[in-house]
Amino acid sequence: MSNATTTTIEPAIAAPDKATQTLSGSQAVLEACLAEGVTTIFGYPGGAIMPIYDALYDYADKLEHILVRHEQGGIHAAQGYARASGRTGVVFATSGPGATNLVTGLADALIDSTPLVCITGQVFAHLLGTDAFQEIDVINITTPVTKWNYQVTDATEIPAVLAKAFYIAGTGRPGPVLIDITKNAQLQKFDYEGYTPCNHIRSYRPKPIVRKEYVAEAAALINAAQKPFVIFGQGVVLGKAEQEFKTFIEKAGLPAAWTIMGMGAIPTNHPQAVGMLGMHGNYAPNVLTNECDVLIAIGMRFDDRVTGRLDKYAKQAKVIHLDIDPAEIDKNVKADIPVWGDCKETLPLLTALVEKKDRSSWLSEFRELEKKEQEQVITPELNPSSDTLTMGEVLKFINELTEGEAIMVTDVGQHQMVTCRYAHFNNSKSNITSGGLGTMGFGLPAAIGAKYGAPDKHVIAIIGDGGIQMTIQELGTIMQFGAAVKILILNNQFLGMVRQWQQLFHDKRYSFVNITSPNYVTVAKGYGIEGRTVDQRADLKAALKTMLDHPGAYLLEVMVGKENNVFPMVPQGCSVSEIRLS
Amino acid sequence: MQKQEFTITAYTENQIGLINRIAIMFSRRKINIESLNTSPSEIEGIHRFTIVINETEEVVRKLCRQIEKQVEVLKAYYNTNDEIVWQEMGLYKVPTDIIAEKVKVERLLREFGARAVVIRKDYTVFETTGHREEIERLIKALEPYHLIEFVRSARVAIIKDSHGFHTKLKEFEKEEPGEEVIENEFLDKREQVFTM
Repeated sequence: MSNATTTTIEPAIAAPDKATQTLSGSQAVLEACLAEGVTTIFGYPGGAIMPIYDALYDYADKLEHILVRHEQGGIHAAQGYARASGRTGVVFATSGPGATNLVTGLADALIDSTPLVCITGQVFAHLLGTDAFQEIDVINITTPVTKWNYQVTDATEIPAVLAKAFYIAGTGRPGPVLIDITKNAQLQKFDYEGYTPCNHIRSYRPKPIVRKEYVAEAAALINAAQKPFVIFGQGVVLGKAEQEFKTFIEKAGLPAAWTIMGMGAIPTNHPQAVGMLGMHGNYAPNVLTNECDVLIAIGMRFDDRVTGRLDKYAKQAKVIHLDIDPAEIDKNVKADIPVWGDCKETLPLLTALVEKKDRSSWLSEFRELEKKEQEQVITPELNPSSDTLTMGEVLKFINELTEGEAIMVTDVGQHQMVTCRYAHFNNSKSNITSGGLGTMGFGLPAAIGAKYGAPDKHVIAIIGDGGIQMTIQELGTIMQFGAAVKILILNNQFLGMVRQWQQLFHDKRYSFVNITSPNYVTVAKGYGIEGRTVDQRADLKAALKTMLDHPGAYLLEVMVGKENNVFPMVPQGCSVSEIRLS
Repeated sequence: MQKQEFTITAYTENQIGLINRIAIMFSRRKINIESLNTSPSEIEGIHRFTIVINETEEVVRKLCRQIEKQVEVLKAYYNTNDEIVWQEMGLYKVPTDIIAEKVKVERLLREFGARAVVIRKDYTVFETTGHREEIERLIKALEPYHLIEFVRSARVAIIKDSHGFHTKLKEFEKEEPGEEVIENEFLDKREQVFTM
């Protein structure tokens, strides 16, 4: 979307004049970024955001700008950055198509509570509503997919609006914020009085008031319970409450299962970890959800992929729900005891009141069911008897090589579910995936962002042959900026998850799921990225080691079984206790 | 749970685009808004939304939490009709000559507490306020007399049992047309226009 307007010649914008403190709106945007501690911006220039890019030229030593190949890649990269670093991701895009290309990423970030500040250029204010070149009503288009958005038409608004944007994006339940700035406001000079970070908005309460009586009731219920069970989500990570959470479950001896977004908040091999919930989650936590007597939901939102049929979900259990967002309480599952608040604050209060207990006999019920899953699903997946490579065994070797220290960024599909089922994580913020929206094309750009968010970590992008082709152009970004991302394509020559559903629920009518791939290694080489393809088990581990040891980016394509399925599975419309092992 | 009429009252910042942000919460759930009114409140910069929908209490409660979640919304309440004092306004345009000639019309107007807002040679506009049924009864009554145009306002409502936040807000200031306009030339000449 780089079509520059030809009717206006942009004046060169000088560096800030410290004596008079006269700044342009564009400079004020960048000063706000600096004041908020932004170091990396993902973006793509164009006519309506050119003044900001012109100003960026003078800030190149302080603000690193990553030129992506498509705005969708830019926003997914910012999401990956935010998820890996725990900071707010920043995206620049121009007006019109530049802004509309952000919409998928905004929706993804909203549903997965990812803090983002997106700055879009807009046509001159006097052209608003005239169908001017690359004009679109970005505020109304993005309203349903942003936590907050605002259009700036006067430069003097910029410092306060940007401060508000960063505050809203990063506090409470985080989310994406979009600020649309008209070109005249970017060019306009004004008396700059400095940047004051925002820490209060009259109508915005990021953290609800903790009701201590509910915390006490929750503790009493847990203390009296025979089979209490914790299910946790990304709220633990977003609240930076990993330690508080660990202390809580350890003191009360509670078995804990994670949602796809909560994964990694405690190490996956923690003695009280009992696996992943949901449609392709583990057998034991799904089945025992319908057998526990107290269900303690922490920072999770009872997504339908987790609950299955709501009318058959944990009906026997008293439900305690801890969440920072009051709108989540009772939204899907009625809570007997609601605990509103930031789990960083509420968990220590709860820990103080719960009794130290050994619940090993209850935990052993999980372990018994685990054995069943191990026998029927995990062993055949990780140690297959046929010559066909499975996705699971790829993960097994990655676990051996990385020892749970890598960041895994997945796209969407079978490989995503297999990764979340089998990957080992020692650290929080290590599992980055598109959870709520299920955005194919997320993986590659998000991995680029994650590498900038956590440069010292191995970042492995695990992507299917469908998803990689949705944003494959970001190989160009990797090439230009030398992002050392390891790209692992699990190629089953199908849109695998759709095919699995067609096999199981549509009489094997494989309608348009047979997807042809290019020669990925050749494509990668075209972008100056090393790579190879593996289709033999004997070569797999060594090839993965070569990929991880390679100093820069590397693409490894693994040819896996065409019609392998991901099990267990809670079929849509079924109860979690009806989970199928085959 | 049975659907019934609920009135949602939301106190908000005065922000461009907020009405859209709130309206799409209803449209994404395919809930029809029966009536929507926005108005300033006594506190400068704070607006009051009054939204009427037919829904179950469970849905309305969840909607209010979602509305309240919006950055610019201070508070959202929901009430049944028993819990509020509410009014709507109807405007009715009828041909003046027919009105002037038909004795029964004036009686109807008295029965419905209506009053003339504009009186011109060609048409007269009446106004009445009340509950929807009252306003609609007057339509039925005026229809035989060549009702030209009818419009009913959105609901405005005061919550009877208002505590806390409500007490900080003054009652709405009802704006009335202050200037005498040329169209009202017959307004004070009742006897010359109407006969009993």
